[in-house]
Amino acid sequence: MQPTVPPVTPSAPEVATRATNGSSASTARVIPPATGEKTGAEIFIDGLLREGVEMIWGYPGGAVIHIYDALYGSPIKHILVRHEQGAVHMADGYARSTGKVGVCLVTSGPGATNTVTGLANAYMDSIPVVVFTGQVPRHLIGNDAFQEADIVGITRPCTKHNFLVSRFEDLPRIMEEAFFLARTGRPGPVLVDIPKDLQAMKGPYKFPGGVKLRGYNPNLSGHVGQVKKAADLILQAQRPVLYTGGGVVLSGASAELTTLARSLSLPVTNTLMGLGAYPGNDPQFLGMLGMHGTYAANMAMDQADLLIAVGARFDDRVTGNVARFSLGSKKIHIDIDPTSISKNVRVDVPIVGDVADVLQKLNAELGRRGVTAAQHAQSIAPWLEQLATWQRTQPISYSQPDSNDVKPQYVIEQIWEATKERDAIISTEVGQHQMWTAQFYKFLRPRRWLTSGGLGTMGFGFPAAIGAALGNPDALSLCVAGDASFVMNMQELSTAVQYGVPVKVAIINNGFMGMVRQWQELFHGERYSEVNVQIQPDFVKLAEACGAKGGRARTAAEVPLLIKQMLETPGPFIGDFVVNKGENVYPMVPTGKGLADMILV
Amino acid sequence: MMADTQIQKNAFNEPEERQTLVSPVRRHTIAVTVENEFGVLARVAGLFSGRGYNLESLSVAETLEPGVSRITLTTSGTDLVIEQITKQLNRLINVLKVVDLTDLVRIDRELVLIKVAAESASARDEVTRAVEVFRAKIIDAWPRGYVIEATGDAAKLKGLIDLLRPLGIKEVVRTGQVAIARGDAGGL
Ligand SMILES: Cc1ncc(C[n+]2csc(CCOP(=O)(O)OP(=O)(O)O)c2C)c(N)n1
Repeated sequence: MQPTVPPVTPSAPEVATRATNGSSASTARVIPPATGEKTGAEIFIDGLLREGVEMIWGYPGGAVIHIYDALYGSPIKHILVRHEQGAVHMADGYARSTGKVGVCLVTSGPGATNTVTGLANAYMDSIPVVVFTGQVPRHLIGNDAFQEADIVGITRPCTKHNFLVSRFEDLPRIMEEAFFLARTGRPGPVLVDIPKDLQAMKGPYKFPGGVKLRGYNPNLSGHVGQVKKAADLILQAQRPVLYTGGGVVLSGASAELTTLARSLSLPVTNTLMGLGAYPGNDPQFLGMLGMHGTYAANMAMDQADLLIAVGARFDDRVTGNVARFSLGSKKIHIDIDPTSISKNVRVDVPIVGDVADVLQKLNAELGRRGVTAAQHAQSIAPWLEQLATWQRTQPISYSQPDSNDVKPQYVIEQIWEATKERDAIISTEVGQHQMWTAQFYKFLRPRRWLTSGGLGTMGFGFPAAIGAALGNPDALSLCVAGDASFVMNMQELSTAVQYGVPVKVAIINNGFMGMVRQWQELFHGERYSEVNVQIQPDFVKLAEACGAKGGRARTAAEVPLLIKQMLETPGPFIGDFVVNKGENVYPMVPTGKGLADMILV
Repeated sequence: MMADTQIQKNAFNEPEERQTLVSPVRRHTIAVTVENEFGVLARVAGLFSGRGYNLESLSVAETLEPGVSRITLTTSGTDLVIEQITKQLNRLINVLKVVDLTDLVRIDRELVLIKVAAESASARDEVTRAVEVFRAKIIDAWPRGYVIEATGDAAKLKGLIDLLRPLGIKEVVRTGQVAIARGDAGGL
């Protein structure tokens, strides 16, 4: 942790809205009837309204033209994107930041294939998104018809489930199932492919008004016997660590996690996906762990005698070399998805269930044991002292520049300073800037940190920030972008301008694909192969060309001024922060190494 | 600077090598009932190819319940891999039930059709003898050969094929293994 972190006054973390899409929708909402006689396109609109959908992201085309016709004048707000990948990332950013299901509508063929990266991205991070694709009329399926693509086949491995609607009467049921699957259990993206002829066809329909799927019964309730075993281990351990991930955010279990950590003075580290689930400025917080985690967090994992893994999946970026991963520890693993358990690392006490449910039970069980936080802190005192020493001697830090150069880490610190009093949603692209943001920004609440963790998708952050801004009109939505990543979906600037979305982009402009350059510097003998992206648009002019505003900072002194300007200017704004080219992200666990083999600064 | 550490003993007095123990690779027979939805076979097969699991055979047909099919598949892997396979299968929405039959007392069967050359009298004799020994059946015959039908477990079919091979097998087609647990065990 930074020694400069202000003293903690942790407010209880907000319990994130559970993924109950629509429950928060205004009471004035009209719910369309469950039965009647309508066209497929009209039934589709009704299906969205019945799910409480207020906003969708999409792009029209021949195979969804009937649906776009039915959308015309409907109460659903449609955001016209500039590329279908942007639509899925926006829906994803909306879902991450609100807890609701994000919805997209695109045409067949290229429209559908353009959603694949967005789906894979949402799949890896377990984000509830439903993508509706038009399909060629049923009689043409399989004929290599114009704009035909087997999108159900293509997206099978990157969706939680997908459907081809093959009968008119199935449409209402499939719509209900799609939303149900997306938001329940371990959430994830679902795709529904709707042939054009079904959209035009008119007939009687019936929404079942409830989903029953024989083969889908996620186990939400944690096993009490296992919870007791976990409690035993926790109280016996001398060197425990809570290692928590995105599952805590998805389950809305921040309050329960905080209670657990505080009730026994347990140290906490978060994965990249888990940031914000535990207050980032809390003294018990060790920072992020893994490849670019803090020294204290990684050493804690390495030296612990008990890992309490909560909604985390022992990803390779977290464990480093698994053969050397936390060899001296027992492991408790709480996760809703049985496939996550004992996948990479053998676990001693698995507990399958919704994280919030399991933590409530665990907190109750520990409460009955009657050990106070102070008593427990006493009994694990040598460990807590050790952790404090690691934090003090090896905080996340960077060297101050000798010139007027702008250090990228400094920009992030300044963004934190300027936004810490606000309800800020911070998204990132992928690369060094992403890691610096994870390290230097303090996330205090869940659903305020949007980053592509599993897939590592450059081009995610900016559209995700637009989606988050649309879903949280009272919050500040700011994307920290790399200069290379930003151009991958910069066309969405026009979308932001069209809808007056006050999204802010801070480009950490190092003129390189910095993260790849770092690897080439450290592991490939400084042979900088194709990582130079110095021919880029002038981002300030680009902003202006799209009808947005922009500004540039070249010196450290200009940085806070540009941030201020960015935050005070209404509407979309691009801040181009020209930073040191050669800066690297540290600490770093090289691939194949154990967590304790970190390269420090 | 590299951080250097040593593993401390944990409070539970456990051997350190505990988690690196790897079980041997074994062959498993797994029965899966699925809703007979569009694309369900592709989901099952895709899971194996996508996650790099090995799939030795797969056979599928409808059960007595309309809309429900049963897949028998054989695969191999360490215990950890097999655990992942069954969990991943269970995670598929259209999968209703997964039972690993490997350690149950069970009956394995596979059907094979073998087209074998046999022109000389001695060759024809040999084929009929082999058919008798293996309780197979000759289901087609013509002056230069036979088609033989046999059912059995993998070992028996291998025995029959090995015996006929020197005579000149022209074609073999197998159904892939099906399996059922004996008695009340392993119900799907
Ligand atoms: C779509 C995609 N393509 C390639 C990569 C591989 N990749 C990871 S980081 C990176 C460089 C990112 O550069 P930039 O956006 O400028 O960020 P920086 O690392 O400089 O902060 C690349 C190419 C990726 N993650 N995503």
